Amino acid sequence: MRKFFAPLVIVATLMLAYAPVMIANALFESTMGLVQKIFYFHVPSWFAMFTAVFVSGIASGVYLFKGRRGADRVAFAAAELAVLFGAIGLVTGPLWARKAWGVWWIWDAKLTIAFLLEMTFLAYLLVRKYGGPGSEKLAAAMAIFGMANVPFVYYAVNIWRTIHPLTTVVPTLRPGMRGAFWFCVTAFMLLFLVLLTLRTHLEHRRAMLDDLYLSEEDGAA
Amino acid sequence: MFLKVALLVLRKDVIIEIKSREILFTTLFFSVSCILVFSFAFVSEGQAVGDVAAGILWIAIAFSGTLALGRTFERERYGETLKALLLAPVARPAIYLGKLLGVVILLGLAELLLVPLVALLFSASLFARPLLLAALLLTGTIGFCAVGTLFAAMLVRARTRDVLLPILLYPITVPVMIAGVRGTAALLAAPPDEPVATMWIGLLMSFDVVFVTLALWTFEPLMTE
Amino acid sequence: MNRRRDTMPKRFLRFVVVVAIALACSHAAPIGAAQPPPGQAPESQSEFVPVNELPPADQLQAAPLLITAYAFVWVAVLFYVWTIWRRLGRVEKDMQALARRSQPR
Repeated sequence: MRKFFAPLVIVATLMLAYAPVMIANALFESTMGLVQKIFYFHVPSWFAMFTAVFVSGIASGVYLFKGRRGADRVAFAAAELAVLFGAIGLVTGPLWARKAWGVWWIWDAKLTIAFLLEMTFLAYLLVRKYGGPGSEKLAAAMAIFGMANVPFVYYAVNIWRTIHPLTTVVPTLRPGMRGAFWFCVTAFMLLFLVLLTLRTHLEHRRAMLDDLYLSEEDGAA
Repeated sequence: MFLKVALLVLRKDVIIEIKSREILFTTLFFSVSCILVFSFAFVSEGQAVGDVAAGILWIAIAFSGTLALGRTFERERYGETLKALLLAPVARPAIYLGKLLGVVILLGLAELLLVPLVALLFSASLFARPLLLAALLLTGTIGFCAVGTLFAAMLVRARTRDVLLPILLYPITVPVMIAGVRGTAALLAAPPDEPVATMWIGLLMSFDVVFVTLALWTFEPLMTE
Repeated sequence: MNRRRDTMPKRFLRFVVVVAIALACSHAAPIGAAQPPPGQAPESQSEFVPVNELPPADQLQAAPLLITAYAFVWVAVLFYVWTIWRRLGRVEKDMQALARRSQPR
């Protein structure tokens, strides 16, 4: 991973630098107008958030059942990123919705799940910080349960009509928008990978520090 | 063997509870005072607003359930019996199951009091379809307690256990709340909407199956140091 | 040999932050250029108009929302990178202090 980190950062930053140009030149959407351009950052950040949720959930499972501490570090890092990208989605969404739908918020399936997952992973971070001994495992359980919860919430809330754009909007994107959209998706996923690497590195250094403290205590004892 | 252990744990809890009735009475009283507070919040000009009866019932169940869960494990922590339970040469998930059954029975007793009370205070026809309502309450309570028992058991050692339990529990049990409230609201409709209520009961049943299995599966690795 | 391992991510962290700030500043120009082609947008659609030419519109201006959205994204990401940098710095400082303490022995 270390070998790829430098080129990864360079490509990610270059893509994010070029993104505004692509977005500006993308097809202008006539029904929603200028505000629709939020879409190019809003949807990719949700892609990143869902990736973070699944990475955290799966890494938590590996940590709980196989006991690999490295997996726990990745899970923690991914949980923080889930909260970050979720917050981005939850802020850009209402800003777009206010103009496009006239309301800041609506309780349809996608928004509810988004909000709930954000709460779940905020709870994960709170447990890690304030949970006392054994909180890594409890947080891991939280990540797994949160992941398992998604289909139930989706089904439960979906019973009512939803005014959120249907998932099928992505395949039917007009060609003028597709380029900019997938470019931004790639840029965000690369950003996610860069941040995940950085954050996991921080956790790794913290673990090393803890081990050093422990061995110092043992040496002094 | 597995079931025997679970029933033994259940029997222990029931016997202790019968002697002191501490958790039972305090939970019952708390749920009634919950209803009282919500009545003042949602009743305007002597009439309940909209169809709040369903919502209030389930919120009272959620709040009382959270407290009951905390208190059940607080008792274990106080008597330091949790360690003894874990040292026992039995399958640990059986302990979880016994604890789960205990909390479900406790909450069920609270619901026996809550449902007539809500029906009375909000003039809600909760007894139009008693069997469906009972099924809804049973599956919902099991779902709520399945997740709650696991988290409460884990939080026993934490300092901030009282506030962390709701923080962890509520996001995960949102489907239970949605299904419970919508199902009860369907049963309270002018002709009770049975297909809708049955559908919600179905959702709750699959939630229960998935999450009880998940909890049984993760209980062992979670409780080991 | 250890030093190369721990300063490399920090160097790249700084590189990322500097480039990211440059990017955030570079956003202003392209967004300004993203104007709807004249005559294509329907009458009731509010476009980015200079303040002194505001029609008596009852519609929301789209540009402030768009700008707030993008600004938030950048602020959030930069803030997060900064928190990682800060935390990493603290851990490295502790490690060096520990290394110095155990050396005289």
